Amino acid sequence: MLKRPLKYLAVVVALSLPLAAQAHKMWLLPSATNVAGDDPWVTVDAAVSNDLFFADHMPGSLDRVVITAPDGQVAKPENASTGKYRSVFDVHLTQSGTYKIALINSGAFATYELNGEKKRWRGNAADMAKEMPAGAKNIDVTESSNRVETFVSNGKPNDAALKPTGDGIELVPVTRVNDLVSGEAATFQLLLDGKPASDLKVTAIAGATRYRNAPEEINTNTDKNGKFTVTWPHAGMYWINASAQDGNTHIKQAKQRRVSYSATLEVLPE
Amino acid sequence: MRRLLISVPAVMLAAPAMAADMNVTVTVPQLTVAEYHRPYVSVWIERADKTIASQLAVWYAQKESKEGAGTKWLPELRLWWRHGGRDQQMPVDGVSGATRPAGDQMLKFQSGKAPLGDLPAGKYDLVVEAARETGGREVVHVPFEWPVTAAQHLDKSGSVELGTVKLDLAP
Repeated sequence: MLKRPLKYLAVVVALSLPLAAQAHKMWLLPSATNVAGDDPWVTVDAAVSNDLFFADHMPGSLDRVVITAPDGQVAKPENASTGKYRSVFDVHLTQSGTYKIALINSGAFATYELNGEKKRWRGNAADMAKEMPAGAKNIDVTESSNRVETFVSNGKPNDAALKPTGDGIELVPVTRVNDLVSGEAATFQLLLDGKPASDLKVTAIAGATRYRNAPEEINTNTDKNGKFTVTWPHAGMYWINASAQDGNTHIKQAKQRRVSYSATLEVLPE
Repeated sequence: MRRLLISVPAVMLAAPAMAADMNVTVTVPQLTVAEYHRPYVSVWIERADKTIASQLAVWYAQKESKEGAGTKWLPELRLWWRHGGRDQQMPVDGVSGATRPAGDQMLKFQSGKAPLGDLPAGKYDLVVEAARETGGREVVHVPFEWPVTAAQHLDKSGSVELGTVKLDLAP
């Protein structure tokens, strides 16, 4: 009886505290980022955990998976399945170019009081009015918009799938997302609602965190054009993250909005 | 004898400047390992800005399969792949071919003719990259200047996945 609400609360807390350093990380992990051949596939893990990239806490939600093909159209995940700690799906790369694989979550969460007790609610903004109990008081609504992405190129990369939508935080490559090499600097631009996101803190963390004592976070800030540069210290899968809080809400009951962006990027040895 | 002495300069004069030769020898090393697969190898000429000036050779597994057999693993030649390998559609006539066995693999090229073509004067690197299934990967660079005025021999040794790479240039 207690187990479910507690677990649910943990997710709410994890998702509602994108600015907290210890928040759980949501991630995608592709089996390869540069593929070729006549019939290429990749398999992708989706999970929420503290350690990168170890699925040991919660699976990523498959209904949030959005795959954008190199022609800018939506592609379907295949062989999808959700287990205890991770979701898995395949991507069949039938087109040549760069695929954007994302978990997109836009929603709202609220805190309220019911009969003197503090309660939490999370879900789609549209369902809030009917799901909120009748006697709820002191309702405080926060809009949330999270993007978790990774990229895979079949043959020659292209940029059509990376065209920004203008909603939330998005990444625009200056250096190609599938051209990252150990020891080389890579530059990207972050947009917030389609405009350069200046002075935003960006954190990059290499995977295999379990096998070292320090997180070894690389921290940097975006410049006035929303651009930031990371020089990868070694090869591996990296998780990058940026988040912001503002009052630009789309939901009229929400006073504030929390937006976050994460991406898994593969850095190859020189 | 006298005739020969006269004819040698005559031949040299007759030879146009564009008929320069480039001979490349790639030594595929003999490796004593439990599971051996012939390496994938790419040989190309790189400009100072790392772009490919001439794609000279690509050796990969040719067996047929739904996945396109060997082409699936071409990104393992990751330096070549990133710097332009992925822009080419395999197979490339006169460039791509089957993997080669251990030993000295000799390649002859002539300026003005595919695949070397007309290389503008300048500084280049001959680059050889090898990647082996269940093995390692290695890249050997041999810097050179083109064209040459006299015959020139250059070489550089790999450590594990590549033996000596020899470059012989003739004007």
